[in-house]
Amino acid sequence: MFGILAEFTDAEELVAAAQRVYESGYRRFEAYSPMPVEGLADAIGFRRTRMPLVVLIGGIIGALSGYGLQYWVSAIAYPLNIGGRPLHSWPAFIPVTFEMTVLIAALFAVLGMLAMNGLPRPHHPLFAIREFDRATRDRFFLCILQSDPMFHQQSTRGFMESLGAAEVIDVPE
Amino acid sequence: MASVERPKLPEREHLLPRGHTIASVSDKISSIVLARQLKYGWVLGLMVSFVLVMGLFFAIGCLFARGIGIWGVNVPVAWGFAIVNFVWWIGIGHAGTLISAILLLLRQEWRTSINRFAEAMTLIAVACAGLFPILHLGRPQYFYWLAPYPSTMGVWPQFRSPLIWDFFAVSTYATVSLLFWYIGLIPDLATLRDRAKRPFAQIAYGFLAMGWRGSARHWRRYQDAYLLMAALATPLVVSVHSVVSFDFAVAIVPGWHSTVFPPYFVAGAIYSGFAMVLTIAIPLRAAYGLRDFITDRHLENMAKVMLASGLVVAYGYATETFTAWYSGHEPEWFSIVNRATGPYAFFYWLLLLSNIAIPQLLWFQTTRRNVYALFAMALVINLGMWLERFVIVVVSLHRDYLPSSWGMYVPTRWDWFTFLGTIGLFTALMFLFIRLLPVISIFEMREMVEQSQDESHVDHA
Repeated sequence: MFGILAEFTDAEELVAAAQRVYESGYRRFEAYSPMPVEGLADAIGFRRTRMPLVVLIGGIIGALSGYGLQYWVSAIAYPLNIGGRPLHSWPAFIPVTFEMTVLIAALFAVLGMLAMNGLPRPHHPLFAIREFDRATRDRFFLCILQSDPMFHQQSTRGFMESLGAAEVIDVPE
Repeated sequence: MASVERPKLPEREHLLPRGHTIASVSDKISSIVLARQLKYGWVLGLMVSFVLVMGLFFAIGCLFARGIGIWGVNVPVAWGFAIVNFVWWIGIGHAGTLISAILLLLRQEWRTSINRFAEAMTLIAVACAGLFPILHLGRPQYFYWLAPYPSTMGVWPQFRSPLIWDFFAVSTYATVSLLFWYIGLIPDLATLRDRAKRPFAQIAYGFLAMGWRGSARHWRRYQDAYLLMAALATPLVVSVHSVVSFDFAVAIVPGWHSTVFPPYFVAGAIYSGFAMVLTIAIPLRAAYGLRDFITDRHLENMAKVMLASGLVVAYGYATETFTAWYSGHEPEWFSIVNRATGPYAFFYWLLLLSNIAIPQLLWFQTTRRNVYALFAMALVINLGMWLERFVIVVVSLHRDYLPSSWGMYVPTRWDWFTFLGTIGLFTALMFLFIRLLPVISIFEMREMVEQSQDESHVDHA
């Protein structure tokens, strides 16, 4: 048993249901929608992501490595004395530093997002549910996981049926 | 509150597919990809493009075998078609990032129908652009010497050179555009995975969708990442064409050495990019019945962006001419006179006609609302922007300070093969993209339909 899945036809119904599930004390549950729904993440108790911090770290790594590389190459590894001009000519190093900042920050944004979301994930118990195919088209789902301490097959199912779902489905492991 | 929201509604109605639901937009857009049959026009278009791609490969093969002497370049014009085409293609690429990143941050909702294929256009245009600087190296097989790596020669790149900045800017731009495009595609790939009937399509799209399920936690991180990517891509797109312009502006060649180059190049990039987006959008929406999604209002908005950026370009030309005269620097002023009256004068006047004179028709709504006029205009601007780069690169170089070293540049058939070949490569990859991936962002369309339904509920209540 992976959990119990409830299907909704409308985004607002899903948000309302998610709020009720959260208020009832469930914590290990997940909502699924074909597009981002405003307020849904808040309703399931997920308020902040660490994405900005990840991207900031990527940007700092990119800036330092970009500038450091140019300094090391131009002043230490391969110094070229051209009419006595300074080897550490920082204004000329800005464009590459900027590009490296953007590059590494963007890589951190994408790979960080995928890693924190646990993707790629080739298989998932929900993919075995035929109805769940419409989660990427026009249906909205809510799944209370079996691992939730409050989970109890009969009573959780009864509770989910009271949420106004179009259908309630058991999801096998 | 309602009175504040209300003025927005009529605008949005024009942008949205009428009578569509989130299910029907998903089905309509994914059906283009999942339909089994091929359209005759598509097959024919891909065939013609493929022939041009073969021409490109042939030209590149000859270039490797016989060297750069097969091109028309020589001293004094050592930067011929290769650099003209490079700047032209990379400029075209800029509209995609502008639409997907800058218009996203500015909350311009009309971008939603056009961002996906504009991003694809960016990627493909940058790929075409990237070929040229490599091919024109003389010994193209050693292009990797541009990268800083510990080689046995003990030599490192010169980081004070704009050519190295360019290498970093273009490769960063290509990578970031690819990432931005791909993360935009992930939810739509999941839709295709779940809608596909054939096992091969299910597996292929499933593999690319990486197990996306539309979980609320995933969406939140996804949206944060997407917005941050847009915020990173916005200064990036401005930096790329600025750096391209440094390739010229840092040199002391009359006609190149000018501080107006970075903003004027960026405006020119947006100008040609929007012209190319229109060149693709108009036939695309006719062929696949997408008039509901890419409406006349979208075309009109793009025409307005084109008009505005075209005026900045016109200002660039005016500043260049004025500064050359005002500087009192004789070779500088001569370079302008030579453009207007020298051996290449025809191309200069054709450039002014197609980039400045004809686009003034965009001031009139009747032009902006006429798809045929708009399509013709887009082609004219594409030509004009190519001529602009020709005038900057070739005409500036062919007569500089020393009259004894003046010369002429005439492209050979290999130059033409290579140029037309990249146009074929561009259209071939565009045709494949249209057939294999959703041309319009499905999940963003669903979001727009949903939001407008919510608003109309509020309105009726």
